[in-house]
Amino acid sequence: MIRLRQLAQAASVLTSPLSPEDVLALFNPVFSARQLRGVVTRVVQETAQSATIFFRPGRGWHSHLAGQWARIGVELDGVRHWRSYSLSAPAGKDPAITVTDVGAVSGTLVRTTKPGDVLFLAPPQGDFILPEHPRPLLMVTAGSGITPVMSMIRTLVPRRPDADVVLVHSARTPGESLFREELAELADQFPNFRLAHWYTGEQGRMDLTNTAELDQICPDWKERAAYACGPDSFLDDAEALWKQAALTTAAPGSDVAIAGDPGNLMIERFNTTFAGGVGHDGGLVTFEASDREIDADGDTPLLDVGEDAGVLMPSGCRMGICHSCLTPLLAGQVRDLRTNEIHGEPGQLIQTCVSAAAGPVNLEL
Amino acid sequence: MSVVSENKTVSEGKTAPSGASRTRPGALAESGSPSVRPPTAAHLSDEQVAELGRELDAIRDDILAKRGASDAAYIRRIIKVQRGLEISGRAALLVSKNKAAWVTGTTLLSLAKILENMEIGHNVLHGQWDWMRDPDIHSTTWEWDFVTPSRSWQHTHNDLHHRWTNVVGKDNDVGYNLLRMDESQPWVPANLGNPLYNAILAPLFEWGIAIYDLELTDFKEGRKSKEALLKDLKALGKKVVTQFTKDYAATPAVAMLTGSGKQALYGTLTANAVRNVWAHAVIFCGHFPEGTDTFSEEMVEGETRGDWYVRQMIGSANISGSKFMHLMTGNLSHQIEHHLFPDLPSNRYAEVAPLVREICERYGLKYTTGPLLKQVGSTWGKIFRLALPGKAAQA
Repeated sequence: MIRLRQLAQAASVLTSPLSPEDVLALFNPVFSARQLRGVVTRVVQETAQSATIFFRPGRGWHSHLAGQWARIGVELDGVRHWRSYSLSAPAGKDPAITVTDVGAVSGTLVRTTKPGDVLFLAPPQGDFILPEHPRPLLMVTAGSGITPVMSMIRTLVPRRPDADVVLVHSARTPGESLFREELAELADQFPNFRLAHWYTGEQGRMDLTNTAELDQICPDWKERAAYACGPDSFLDDAEALWKQAALTTAAPGSDVAIAGDPGNLMIERFNTTFAGGVGHDGGLVTFEASDREIDADGDTPLLDVGEDAGVLMPSGCRMGICHSCLTPLLAGQVRDLRTNEIHGEPGQLIQTCVSAAAGPVNLEL
Repeated sequence: MSVVSENKTVSEGKTAPSGASRTRPGALAESGSPSVRPPTAAHLSDEQVAELGRELDAIRDDILAKRGASDAAYIRRIIKVQRGLEISGRAALLVSKNKAAWVTGTTLLSLAKILENMEIGHNVLHGQWDWMRDPDIHSTTWEWDFVTPSRSWQHTHNDLHHRWTNVVGKDNDVGYNLLRMDESQPWVPANLGNPLYNAILAPLFEWGIAIYDLELTDFKEGRKSKEALLKDLKALGKKVVTQFTKDYAATPAVAMLTGSGKQALYGTLTANAVRNVWAHAVIFCGHFPEGTDTFSEEMVEGETRGDWYVRQMIGSANISGSKFMHLMTGNLSHQIEHHLFPDLPSNRYAEVAPLVREICERYGLKYTTGPLLKQVGSTWGKIFRLALPGKAAQA
């Protein structure tokens, strides 16, 4: 590795101001000095709405733990968009994401990805992972929420004879239920893995507001370390249910259970709704590095807002042409004062001279 | 460095007593007109100028709506071609003891450097491709194959030249602190050397720009701090070392393995000079040919967006020619369109040009254009004329 780096440094003498990776990218698209990339090796259609995309990542990626997710960058009409997707492949195997078409980015991934395509990547991360020591587990998932749990099951069930896993998975119909055949095979083959499907199209929504249905499907659920992943309302119910149960079963004085412990629930949420406001409402602007907060209206450029707050704002033309004022957006959304378009994703560079706050905004400055 | 100088302005603004709605430097007025409207636009009413502004805004919005995957594919293709040319050029120079290899290598490397500086570097550094959100092709990350560091050039070019286009005393690109390029610049005997200075500047253009970007006059007159200058000098020093090493040490050193060291050095020297002469010619055609206007500071005071547009149009000149010529000028052959919309992708200027020209005709404004040789000749004519004292004769 060190030798490789020295070699790259030596080569950069000939390629400067480009890096050797920029030149190598002509021959292999995973090379980039700035941006981790992966090449799609295989695409498997899972259901009508979802597909699993296998990829070979470039240098800078590290292997994932079962249950982790990665940020994936996709180009839509030439513009890069980033979303987080759970890795569905077992730990130690080539990474793959399973994507369900729920929006423009995921839709593009499901419908247009083909082997040879380049994905932009950030290394895997996340704390929704298996406990360190073996114990009975209960997985409660709904819809595409099964994706990280599938990685856990694939990692654990075939490899650990001492595994004891119950999966309760809710989907609208059998046809829309992800990994149905593979899960059935695993349940057949490994007696320590028990599978319960819940089809909302036939049975209605699984009721997690009380323990009745859970008691029936998995009577010993309180003795298991539980993992839940699915839509927000599903997780809210699950969280409330476990909290209630933990309060009644936990020892007096300790109402906080430890993650991965029996009776405790770990949840994984994916927020797809933006927190930003709409229209000309403005909001609280936070300049993180300068540690300043100021209320801004929806019509004042963030550049002016920052300057008035005494923040060292980079600036140039003040009319949106020179891009000297580009500042990383950490959270929230902004309105382009020229087009009225409201936009903003974490990490995106925005032109503060032509952008106003659309709801609360956090800037890196 | 731009940050430091900006801060100074801001803090000065802070200590000075300021009204409730203090106007910041460079901000455009909502309505009204500049203190003096430029003579060739003096026939326009405020309302006409505002309408012209709306029409140009509409052109811009139309391109923004269309901008997408095909534009992204365009810049990536150009970058690929450029890198291909660069690698093959350098590879050929490694065996340039062979005459054909020398000619091939030097030609390819010259083309590569021109493409890199003009169609890629200049335009990426304008932020024309920032909308792709690709960190590999972005105004904040790009470093170009040109001596002056990207960041320094962005300040003098994007922040200053594009904001103050052709305002004598504000836009130092009028003559680059070296040449007398406008009648209103007072004549001094040293101006007799105008043509000579320009002839020397052409093959060394990248060095001229590097020195220009240091803003030595601003430093001397106290508008630029010593810290800022030192920071710029350090950045330039670093860039000089890497540029020199690549072209004049590393490439010849590898070529020595085939006994082509000296030839490779001549090759890289020639390629850099060819690029310099070309870039100099194209850039001087942008604002100096006969027909382009210069402006006084009162013509900028109170400028609205429409007046700003007018100044960009009558202060710039295009070059007419083939698609290949447009590409090799980095579409600066569409200087008028570039100055109107500096951050629209360069591949879109050709489609915008007829619309802009039509607007100019309708509003009775000049739209200066001509073939490369004519425009170069016109520029040199001005350089010769203004070497002599007095008002230049109108061509």
